[in-house]
Amino acid sequence: MKQTCAILSTYAADVSGVCSALYEMGGMTVMHDASGCNSTYNTHDEPRWYDMPSMVFISALAEVDAVMGDDEKLIGDVCRAAEELRPRFVALAGTPIPMMMGTDFKGVARLIESRTGIPTFGFATNGMHSYNKGASTALAAVAERFCDPSLSRRELAAEEAPEVNLLGVTPLDFSVTGNVEAMKKSFVDAGFRVNSCWAMGDGWERLMEAGRAHVNVVVSSCGEGLAKVLREKYTIPAVTGIPIGAAAQRELFDAARAAARDGNDRKMPAPDAEGAEFIVVGEPVQSAEIARALHRDFGIESVGAISPLDFPDEDKIFAQLKNARTVIADPLYKPALPKGCRFLSLPHEGYSGRIFRDQIPLIMGGNFNEWIKKELSL
Amino acid sequence: MIDLHNPDWSGASLKIKEAASLDPFEYGLEYGSPARGLWNIVHTGMLLPESHQIFVCAQGCLRGVVLTAAEMNAQDRFSTVAVCENNVLDGDMESLIIDGVADVIRKLPRKPKAVLVFTSCIHNFMGCDLKYVYSQLRGRFPDIYFTDCYMYPIMRKTKTPPDPMMRMRLYSFLPKSAHRDAESVNIIGNNYPTEDSSDFARMLRGAGYEIRDITRCRSWEEYRKMGESRLNVGYMPPALPALRDLKERLCMDYIYMPLSYDYEEIRKSIQALSERLDIPEINAALLEADAERALEAAKRLLRDTPVVLDYTATPRPLGLAELLLDHGFNVRTVYADAFIAEERPAFDRLREKFPELELRATVHPKMGLLPRAAANRDEKVLAIGQKAAYFEDTTYFVNMLECGGYWGFDGILRVAEEICDAFVEEKDTKKIIQVKGWGCCC
Repeated sequence: MKQTCAILSTYAADVSGVCSALYEMGGMTVMHDASGCNSTYNTHDEPRWYDMPSMVFISALAEVDAVMGDDEKLIGDVCRAAEELRPRFVALAGTPIPMMMGTDFKGVARLIESRTGIPTFGFATNGMHSYNKGASTALAAVAERFCDPSLSRRELAAEEAPEVNLLGVTPLDFSVTGNVEAMKKSFVDAGFRVNSCWAMGDGWERLMEAGRAHVNVVVSSCGEGLAKVLREKYTIPAVTGIPIGAAAQRELFDAARAAARDGNDRKMPAPDAEGAEFIVVGEPVQSAEIARALHRDFGIESVGAISPLDFPDEDKIFAQLKNARTVIADPLYKPALPKGCRFLSLPHEGYSGRIFRDQIPLIMGGNFNEWIKKELSL
Repeated sequence: MIDLHNPDWSGASLKIKEAASLDPFEYGLEYGSPARGLWNIVHTGMLLPESHQIFVCAQGCLRGVVLTAAEMNAQDRFSTVAVCENNVLDGDMESLIIDGVADVIRKLPRKPKAVLVFTSCIHNFMGCDLKYVYSQLRGRFPDIYFTDCYMYPIMRKTKTPPDPMMRMRLYSFLPKSAHRDAESVNIIGNNYPTEDSSDFARMLRGAGYEIRDITRCRSWEEYRKMGESRLNVGYMPPALPALRDLKERLCMDYIYMPLSYDYEEIRKSIQALSERLDIPEINAALLEADAERALEAAKRLLRDTPVVLDYTATPRPLGLAELLLDHGFNVRTVYADAFIAEERPAFDRLREKFPELELRATVHPKMGLLPRAAANRDEKVLAIGQKAAYFEDTTYFVNMLECGGYWGFDGILRVAEEICDAFVEEKDTKKIIQVKGWGCCC
């Protein structure tokens, strides 16, 4: 494996995932980096940057500090800014050079917390993994630290629809073009009450009520770590899936209702990608759910999903797509398609950033069916 | 929590009379505004015709440059080799670069004339043997030119930051030539083409000189011809390492004619060029009179409208502020985090003449949180530069970066005209300033 991409793009990195997940929580996130990670994040990974202020900064790590291993510079700078801005918490996220320096993020976080009195996290990200890992770790850490363990679920009456937490909602997977709102609406229309949405659109107090929900719905891989924490803390079961496609979403809702009652986790069955002619490329939960919706709602048998979030080499993607006859993927995957393959464009902010944002279709619930009918001229 | 109703700007803003040095603000955590117009090393590298860029970095570092190329619709001139954890632990960085670059070249539909290989901070810290890497690559692909480029932001506060280094590496393919074209001059180190009407450009053309500039090169051959020019001219501060490097490597003479808004300094540069090439001086008095008329017209139009400017518009924001203040403009704020040494005379004069002039940082953490609009939202503010436009939340702004290719008295005239245009015509600030590498249409 040469780890090369002659033509394909790359996914947002773990450090951006941390920033994205914590963006609306009133904390201060510091990327421990020289420069570059911040402009990448606020240009390509963060559509809220222009209009919604958030305390996301870089440490501006300098060569001399890296060579000397001077953590005190970082600690001092963070403490000064934190004391001035008084964030709800501080989160540090690492990049490649701190990894090489062997920065002890947990130790640094402890020192900052003891000096400022502000709860502090140290995430040893290194910019060598995809955003979902960073986001998942960050969301889980916040719930672990702040969610009140004494909360308990409300009693669920016999015919009552459960309350759900939506876990793993960031613009990297859902953008800011209406799919978050449409997803919430799908749940509400089906009789659910959305207790909290981690972490777009809901205030801190609402997030802290997560323990009241009857079921967690993991709507992206960014929510996996959080689901584990909420299960351990409150025994809330988790269902993995997104309401995409009219029939497929009904199955998801049924699974959520069942999980709320019996307390068991559920994952919606994903069609097998091996040898599939219709392939969906993207984030693991979303692409699997699209594949499932194509199977359930449109009767497409040979359909599967691939999630190359951790492929450093494009050859693997070319190989997996070589027999495909139809592909749904971000437009930057187009060069990987075999000749004659039909392409349905589904821009993914975590892959192509802002480039195709205005072309992202609404795919939640029945919107998906309309989109597919239009795209496939059905 | 920060009080948005009673904002405290301390640490992020001060009067010039309070500034102790050209670095008036304390360094610490940094905020990055959404104004993205300045070019990065990918944009600059794309100026080299018929070349291909290969970045060897961690995923997080690749993301920004990959999407820079994608936004330029230049993915076919751009590839990557991902550095993973195992490469750092195994110490196989040299073979990763050699095999990765070779793999990319093998996959390209046609061989480029030149390949720019960008290594990153990691390689510096690991002591990667780049000499060996390039010798191997040159051995494997003798018909392709390779050069070493660097994406090492960790060096940005050293004597060789990434941007001037990139501007220097861009000319590393120029050949050493025994032949010199007696009537050809290169402009070195710019991202934007210099306006044909600029004082020194008119002077050179008037004397029959051809001006070569990488920003106007459309082929590899055109670029290589630059190696035969008689003199290199530079006027942007980050061009200096390139000018010095070409002097040392290729024995190419150079003249540095700093971008300036000071009439005396401009005159001196014109005179120096005239003497160096033994060509007639352009009539500076006439040019100066034209510039004065343009400034007066702009002042009449703006009256007391507050003017703000930033360091992305020009490397000499203090020089420009002084020029405008001297001509009666109501310059209120200069947005910059530090000033280059060339600004010292303007800095000292402004402290004397206009001590109340406000200096405001752009990367101070407070800048991401304090209110962007001026206190009086109905107030019309004219900004020069994208960052100033963003922080003031104004739609009236001069969309100028790196001086816009304007130089000399003609440059001043053009800036004055741009100010007038910006004053009467609103712009879609949000849309314009978020475009990365404004004007890069490689």
